Amino acid sequence: MTATTEGAVAVAAPIRRRTLPPMTVKLAVGLGIAGLIILFGVIGPLLVGDPSAVRDIGLTAPGNGFLLGTTQSGQDVFAQLAYATRGSLIIGVVVGAITLLLSSFFGIVGAFVGGWTDEAFSLFTNIMLVIPGLPLVIVISSYVPNKSIWLVAAVLAITSWAGSARVLRGFTLSVRSRDYVLAARIGGEKRWRILLVEILPNLIPLLASQVVFAVIFAILGEAGLSFLGLGASGSFTWGTMLFYAQNGLALRLGAWWWFAPPGLAIALFGAALSLINFSIDEIINPKLRSQTRAERNKWSVKA
Amino acid sequence: MRYLLRKLAFYVVALWAALTLNFLVPRLMPGNPVDLMLSKLATKGPVTPTTRNAIEALLGTDTHSSLWSQYWTYLHHLVTGDLGTSIAYFPAPVSQVIGQTLPWTVGLIGLATLISFAIGILLGRAAGWRRGSWVDNLIPVTTMLQSVPYFWLALLLLFLLGSTWPVFPLSGGYDVYSVTPGWSLPFAQSVLYHGALPALTIVISSVGGWMLGMRNMMVSTMSEDFVVTAEAKGLTPGRIRSRYVARNAVLPSISGFAISLGFVVAGSIVTEAVFSYPGIGSALLLAVGNNDYALMQGVFLIITLAVLGANLLVDLLYGVIDPRTRARS
Repeated sequence: MTATTEGAVAVAAPIRRRTLPPMTVKLAVGLGIAGLIILFGVIGPLLVGDPSAVRDIGLTAPGNGFLLGTTQSGQDVFAQLAYATRGSLIIGVVVGAITLLLSSFFGIVGAFVGGWTDEAFSLFTNIMLVIPGLPLVIVISSYVPNKSIWLVAAVLAITSWAGSARVLRGFTLSVRSRDYVLAARIGGEKRWRILLVEILPNLIPLLASQVVFAVIFAILGEAGLSFLGLGASGSFTWGTMLFYAQNGLALRLGAWWWFAPPGLAIALFGAALSLINFSIDEIINPKLRSQTRAERNKWSVKA
Repeated sequence: MRYLLRKLAFYVVALWAALTLNFLVPRLMPGNPVDLMLSKLATKGPVTPTTRNAIEALLGTDTHSSLWSQYWTYLHHLVTGDLGTSIAYFPAPVSQVIGQTLPWTVGLIGLATLISFAIGILLGRAAGWRRGSWVDNLIPVTTMLQSVPYFWLALLLLFLLGSTWPVFPLSGGYDVYSVTPGWSLPFAQSVLYHGALPALTIVISSVGGWMLGMRNMMVSTMSEDFVVTAEAKGLTPGRIRSRYVARNAVLPSISGFAISLGFVVAGSIVTEAVFSYPGIGSALLLAVGNNDYALMQGVFLIITLAVLGANLLVDLLYGVIDPRTRARS
């Protein structure tokens, strides 16, 4: 999430100068949209009425006191959207946190310790990577009839950490063999100190971008799962809204105000997080930064 | 040769892990399939102990034998190709159901993914070659499209192109009323016509990832020394672009292609649900809806095998196109 990303970067700032991303248009737009959606998810539910209240004005178009119209059974779509935003964000944050823990344990620790531990961790990661996630999640969740939102988050996290563990492992391996780490080792620094003080700060931008990816993945995954009717029971998320919209024939009846907002919210939030990730990528890989005009002219010789 | 053996050994271990996972998941879950089915039946009427025995026999959950012997029986059944009997498609065996649905999914998803990969790589090559050009400015748009959920885009396209302007059919894999499956032209046309919209959805929502990855690798590769050398030799920009930069830049995308297959399959399950496409995703969902655990396990197994197989293929191919991977191991 943005909050964690900013927090992590801010902590690192005194140690390394370049870890705080420069404020570009991309970053500003990304932070702005993500911030607004988070604000809506946090404050929205406090301001709107009961999202499940049934009224006898089914499928009314937006207007007349209902900002986004009503569902088939007269529920306020805007109120539902507020609660759904909160639900989806919770999933995103929880999965992001668990993924961060699992992937840094298997990726960073494995690569740092080396030897058999690394071999075993890497094999485990690669196996988890090739086993398809969503089918596994579907199978697991079909065995548990009453799921809490936490269980769904845990299952999503277990099936999604492997990719970032692999990325982190590769980068840790390259940092570990740098001269200054060797110097620290010869200088007699303790192993945990080398890991936490010498290596980890270099990984922070990468960790941040992996967490952002995990959050996008989790929100999309949960939406897909809920859309299939396999999500957490009795919860409001963007996915469950789409599930009810699909089952209430919103599509055939042309009730765009019912099925468009949740999907648009997912798309906007995902795009905002991607924009933030672009800025983080430019720290990890300085070559990606925008070119100067002179450089570009060099390459614009006719192809 | 060592590279090949290492790869094969990994896939054997991965295959074993997948098979074991497939065996353990149902047995580790708190809900017992027999209890689940009984509780569903109990809402419709009284359940006698004989019903329980019948369901246990049907599902093959023989609680008396040890986990170990169950595991061996399971492996033995797999080797002989016996995946059990489907409840949802009773009395068809699971392997037959999978055999009927798999070609639909492989055809739709495989083709759509290849098209998306090709378009993404070409666009990414153009965007990376000239940073700041109009193709490069397309990237935020495609990224936005990528964060759109598959199924929501599918719903939207279905609403616009299916209901509002009826250009494409609303559901199904072919026109059930007018054509019969077989090697005939009308059937092929019907399949293409019905597959166009699902394929379009998959291409639109996945092309952005390929494009971005390729673009970034192009940019990174362009600052390598050998590119400067090539330029100094006076090679044409077109040659530098395709033979020197793109050829090296495409390597990570190819290995990413293998990894992404798992996600593609996942996305396709939901896409198939939206379009009622007669593929393996629909079979999985039907199995979930009907508590058809044998079919569920079978489908999960086939999906895993397909992803593993595709990964192995890409890995072997990768060893051929990038000799460095062979040298390193």
